[in-house]
Amino acid sequence: MKRKSIAQKIGFAALGACMGANILFLGTILFFIGVKGLGAINWAFLTQAPRDSMTAGGVAPAIVGTLYLTLGAILFALPLGVACAVYLTEYSPKGWIVNVLRISINNLAGVPSVVFGLFGLTVFVKYMGFGVSILSGSLTLGILALPVIISASQEALVAVPQSIREASLALGATQWETIRKVVLPAALPGILTGVILSVGRVAGETAPILFTAAAFYLKGYPDSVFSEVMALPYHIYALMTEGTHPEEQTRIAYASSLLLLGLVLSVSMLAIWLRQRQRKAYHA
Amino acid sequence: MHDTLVDYDKQMGLENFHPALVKGPVGVNKNSLGEADLFGTEPKIISRGVNFYYGAKRALNNINISFAQRRVTAIIGPSGCGKSTFIRLLNRMHELVPGTRLEGEILLDGLDILSPACDPAELRKRVGMVFQKPNPFPKTVFENVAYGLEVNGVTDRQVIEATVVDSLKKAALWGEIKDRLKDSALGLSGGQQQRLCIARALAVSPEVILFDEPCASLDPISTGKIEELILELKKEYTIVIVTHNMQQAARVSDRTAFFLMGDLIEEGRTDNIFKAPRDRRTEDYITGRFG
Amino acid sequence: MNRRKERFIKYLFTAVAFSSLAFLVGIILVLFKEALPIFKTVSPSAFLLGTSWYPTAEPPEFGILPLIVASLWVTAGALVICVPLGVGSALYLHELAGNKQRAVLKPVIEILASVPSIVYGFFGMVVLAPFLQTALDLPIGLTAFTTSLILGVMATPTVASIAEDALSYVPRSFREASFAVGADRWQTLTKVIIPAAGSGISTAVILGMSRAIGETMTVLMVAGGSAIIPESIFDPVRPMTAAIAAEMGEAPVGSDHYHALFAIALILFLITFAFNVAAELISRRYRLKLGQAR
Repeated sequence: MKRKSIAQKIGFAALGACMGANILFLGTILFFIGVKGLGAINWAFLTQAPRDSMTAGGVAPAIVGTLYLTLGAILFALPLGVACAVYLTEYSPKGWIVNVLRISINNLAGVPSVVFGLFGLTVFVKYMGFGVSILSGSLTLGILALPVIISASQEALVAVPQSIREASLALGATQWETIRKVVLPAALPGILTGVILSVGRVAGETAPILFTAAAFYLKGYPDSVFSEVMALPYHIYALMTEGTHPEEQTRIAYASSLLLLGLVLSVSMLAIWLRQRQRKAYHA
Repeated sequence: MHDTLVDYDKQMGLENFHPALVKGPVGVNKNSLGEADLFGTEPKIISRGVNFYYGAKRALNNINISFAQRRVTAIIGPSGCGKSTFIRLLNRMHELVPGTRLEGEILLDGLDILSPACDPAELRKRVGMVFQKPNPFPKTVFENVAYGLEVNGVTDRQVIEATVVDSLKKAALWGEIKDRLKDSALGLSGGQQQRLCIARALAVSPEVILFDEPCASLDPISTGKIEELILELKKEYTIVIVTHNMQQAARVSDRTAFFLMGDLIEEGRTDNIFKAPRDRRTEDYITGRFG
Repeated sequence: MNRRKERFIKYLFTAVAFSSLAFLVGIILVLFKEALPIFKTVSPSAFLLGTSWYPTAEPPEFGILPLIVASLWVTAGALVICVPLGVGSALYLHELAGNKQRAVLKPVIEILASVPSIVYGFFGMVVLAPFLQTALDLPIGLTAFTTSLILGVMATPTVASIAEDALSYVPRSFREASFAVGADRWQTLTKVIIPAAGSGISTAVILGMSRAIGETMTVLMVAGGSAIIPESIFDPVRPMTAAIAAEMGEAPVGSDHYHALFAIALILFLITFAFNVAAELISRRYRLKLGQAR
């Protein structure tokens, strides 16, 4: 009896330590990047372009670039992802089709991000001739976001009670009318959560835009979808690996990292919070 | 049993083939003690030789029955007897379940509703349905009732408003709800939600309304209101109601059909079924010996 | 007319739904098409087993064994960290945390998972590497060890959330049966629940591994970059992803170097593809198995 409880105590303490390690990791990263980054962030940093071989000035073009790339990726992936989820949940295709699609979605989600970069380079940059541009980068990031949007949309669609689909069909609505007027509106909050989740993912990605969109340094802002852009994550990489003034550049990289981290984490937290609220709503 | 069914089948077949030529009582059922009519009306729906399968499993065996115009027919039977399965064939809701197979004929005013030429959406406008659990859309009260009109291409705002009001009145809900038309339907009580679902079905002006255990999730007071409503609605509509509550069947229906394990055991005037069932199994069920 | 429109819409959705398959097939085709030319120059065995990676030397050498070993090396190191921590966290969440704790801890894990890899890489470069270099008295901080640490931390939330999912598939009745014969919670956990969730947990490990081996920016910044076969865990290394990311910018399109990098990507893709398929097969099996027991 006694030995049992000792093993249990040690075991549970170990599990607690594992959980604690996660909090420690998150805390450490936030602490170091927060402390050193915060000092360098100010209004000018957010609104100005880099100056003096990237040793001074701000990161405004990189912020703008990241917004463009993210927006483009979502515009591309959202309709595709929602349509795919609608097909899988509403049109109940045959078993083997579901399996093939599920396996390909899962595998797409597991493709290393640098491989997406190579695909984008070959297909969008070169084969389609979009060049290194916002368009190429957005499309590449969009493919990467696709699985996230599909699975969030599927979850949202499955949570819509079957009974209201039946109610709509029983009133003589066609299947498409039912999807468009009843199912999608009911699933919309969940789908939006998926979108926000994928925004967090896409905004922080670097490897896919290395060869498809990102520029180390640009004087101005992009003027079309065929322009190269600066992007926040790539900017951090560039500051740390290129250039000649490591100290000033590291300072700016800290601030950029904090900015990116703040952006991505607040977007993710928003999505997590929304999702918790929605799950509660369905249980009520 | 089988002989009489075959007999019945023949009779029905003959009459359905030439409905216009038939004089006098229609849907003669020799199996019914002395009663030989569907209250003098034409049958609205006729099911002939219907077999239904979930995959390889047979759920309904050779169902032959007709439903009288502007009357309430109750379908009773223990859980799993196929009564809900059957009622969902009448507006082809069974097609939502993949892997099912249907044999036989179902006629609505003599028109074969199972033929590929019949559009299920068109059919369901004529044959409405109210479900076990109230299933309002997560929209406002008004939008719920207006929905069926919208999907049927009605765009005239005045027509929509008038129909919504009219349907809510017919569903005996108008008085309680006239100030809450813009509120979410999910905020209504269960009984109100169910009457809203009835109003929603009425708005499309169906000819038949199928009730699939409409009171299964309601309290006795709400149940009473729905039953009153059904008695009111039969003046205009042909009604088929599935219920596991025999008192309810006795209270609201003109005719009753008893299903058991996928077979239609017997069908006839409600008073006869309850007072003098012909089949031993019906009697056992009605007197509470099983189910 | 209505029905023709309905059918058209259904076909439209079907077509769009296959886009993910199309992209996956597209990726495979692109990789093969751009990778295969390298084998006109180098034989597959020399490519895979060659120990010298000097793509820009004259004459160039394309032996990627050091890169493969580096990837496996840092991934193995990451597993040592992320498997116990991830599975332990999942068990804690599932067994010990009350509802209030879960409401805080699950988001912590999800947030940890959403930290961008560039930030992990930056953190490793400016905080962890200098710290380890001083603390362990190393000649250089950017090593396989540092990389494994960071990758381990990165993969922990992946392992934790998939393992937790697997635990939730274990039927309640198993636990009750164990308590009913007088087992305590720890015995129930180790003797009943973990074995029952075993294949689900192995899925979590496989996907954690897949995440670590495919990680790019972190290893690019932290691994040190030497394309040599490591002799100790404190050697700098150049994993496959880092080689692709670092060299693609400078490899002339259509050159042997360019094709060699695609060939590396192809091998990387095939490895992760195999992991994902394995995880898929295992998870389908345990869901079926436990689904019936429930």
